[in-house]
Amino acid sequence: MKNTLTIAWKETKTYFASPMAYIIMAVYAALAAYYFVTSISGVLPEATIRGYVIPSTFIFTLLSPIITMRLLAEEQKLGTLELLMTSPVRDYEIVMGKFLASMASLLSILVPTIYLVIMLTWFATPDVGPILSGYLGLVLFGMSTLSVGLFASSLSGNQIVAAVLAMGILLILTILDLASAYAGGIFADLVLQLSITTHLESFARGVIDTHDMVYYAIFTTFMLFLTVRSLESRRWR
Amino acid sequence: MIAFIIHERAIEAAPITIGKRDMQDNAGTPMIEVEDLTKFYGEYPAIENVSFTVDRGEILGFLGPNAAGKTTTMRILTGFMPPTSGAARIAGYDVVDQSLEVRRHIGYLPETVPLYTEMSVTDYLDFMGRIRGMDKEWRRRRIAEVIDTCRLGDYRTSLIGKLSKGFRQRVGIAQAILHEPEVLIMDEPTIGIDPIQVVETRNLIKGFGGEHTVILSTHILPEVSMVCQRVIIIHEGQVVAVDRPDNLSERLRGTERLEVDIRGPSAEVMNALRDLPGVLDIVRVDRADVGSYNIETTGSDDLREAISALVLQRGWGLLRLQPIQMSLEEIFLRLTEPESDKE
Repeated sequence: MKNTLTIAWKETKTYFASPMAYIIMAVYAALAAYYFVTSISGVLPEATIRGYVIPSTFIFTLLSPIITMRLLAEEQKLGTLELLMTSPVRDYEIVMGKFLASMASLLSILVPTIYLVIMLTWFATPDVGPILSGYLGLVLFGMSTLSVGLFASSLSGNQIVAAVLAMGILLILTILDLASAYAGGIFADLVLQLSITTHLESFARGVIDTHDMVYYAIFTTFMLFLTVRSLESRRWR
Repeated sequence: MIAFIIHERAIEAAPITIGKRDMQDNAGTPMIEVEDLTKFYGEYPAIENVSFTVDRGEILGFLGPNAAGKTTTMRILTGFMPPTSGAARIAGYDVVDQSLEVRRHIGYLPETVPLYTEMSVTDYLDFMGRIRGMDKEWRRRRIAEVIDTCRLGDYRTSLIGKLSKGFRQRVGIAQAILHEPEVLIMDEPTIGIDPIQVVETRNLIKGFGGEHTVILSTHILPEVSMVCQRVIIIHEGQVVAVDRPDNLSERLRGTERLEVDIRGPSAEVMNALRDLPGVLDIVRVDRADVGSYNIETTGSDDLREAISALVLQRGWGLLRLQPIQMSLEEIFLRLTEPESDKE
């Protein structure tokens, strides 16, 4: 646990020392604001944050791989992975440390959007529930996208390859809900359930459903497990 | 097994003094034991049946040309990869089954110095200390010490990415010795740095002997005789010779080579040279007006005087007379040849 925190802290410091952190933060803040304004400018506007929670699926698909691409790919390129793997640190501690650091990055891009919530409560009287559940959904959804990104980063010593691979996997997982329209019967439902976007819908509506939370928890755990395995496999090559 | 328990207690009780305690408790048992280590990369064997032991406080040189299996052996010892077969123990711990314990006892400097280029020297060393479980006080004391030992004083807050190759190498060594490991494993520690720094680095490593057990790999022959107490020569994945450096040079002194340029009738020159006592073989390299000869000698006497006397006596012109140091490849041939003759 101590090793995990040491690695997480080091990565977080490195992340916030680079301009990337602030560029990503600004990009997300701008996009969220745009979608938010569009959603409340309709004929019958709703006082919700749904306007930017749902489009975030697409935004995270692009931003998460950029947050995670460095984490393991760079270690491989610099040769520092050899150092970490010959230090008294377990492989899963390395992965968990990196993952926690990416979670900190994710939270940092969500923080600026709080001003949208403040504006909403200033001019209207929104329901607090859907706002909180919306953010919970974003964190869980973001967590899943980061785990995919981290896995991709473990596969390659090249950051660009890692990012593109993660975006590819995430895009496929995102459009699965569209693909379900072409499948029939029980299969359609299965494909729909596998899509990582489907499970965000209920959070955006203000419903915290255990099965959605379990989905994200299992998905993330599975991807992190694959990442640990991928690291371990380097020893056997 | 008893050694084991003592070890673990020592770590819990007083991490700072592990090294010294162990030395008293386990004196006599070899620090590193390697038995029949074999590693295949697919079909290709990187090392085959490598066995050796290293005593406490000894500096062992691992000599071999590129791709001889030096890095592979070191990576197995550090727990970075497991062997295909065979076993290795460091401080009594198995490198596969007790990898984490082994890693606690080693300091490792891989061939490409592993540095986080965006960190400062002190931050990097602090991070390395933390992941090796050093407490705050121990880290503070040791970081100051290694910065002093590796002469990094002026670069404490410099970003590693901005340092020159030689300084990066020093930072690499600093992280390897930071946690006062009992065993130091260094893969080509003097490669790619300038001659003055090479000398400094060698002296530094020499100073680690006695307290630390050191394995270093190199493909520079004189380096081994300068730094190491014992040498293992590895070639194509197999141990060719294990010996003290001075014995080794003795064995190699069997033959020496001279390159001579003589202006004169080549056939006569060849015959005259061949008649000199101690000449084993002559190869003539043709040039327009001068004959260039590669002479292989037994090395017992210096033939240079005899050759110059001969040339003067016959009235030829001596244009060049140069003793040639044998390349590492040739040394390997020398070392492997007699063995295969016996078979």
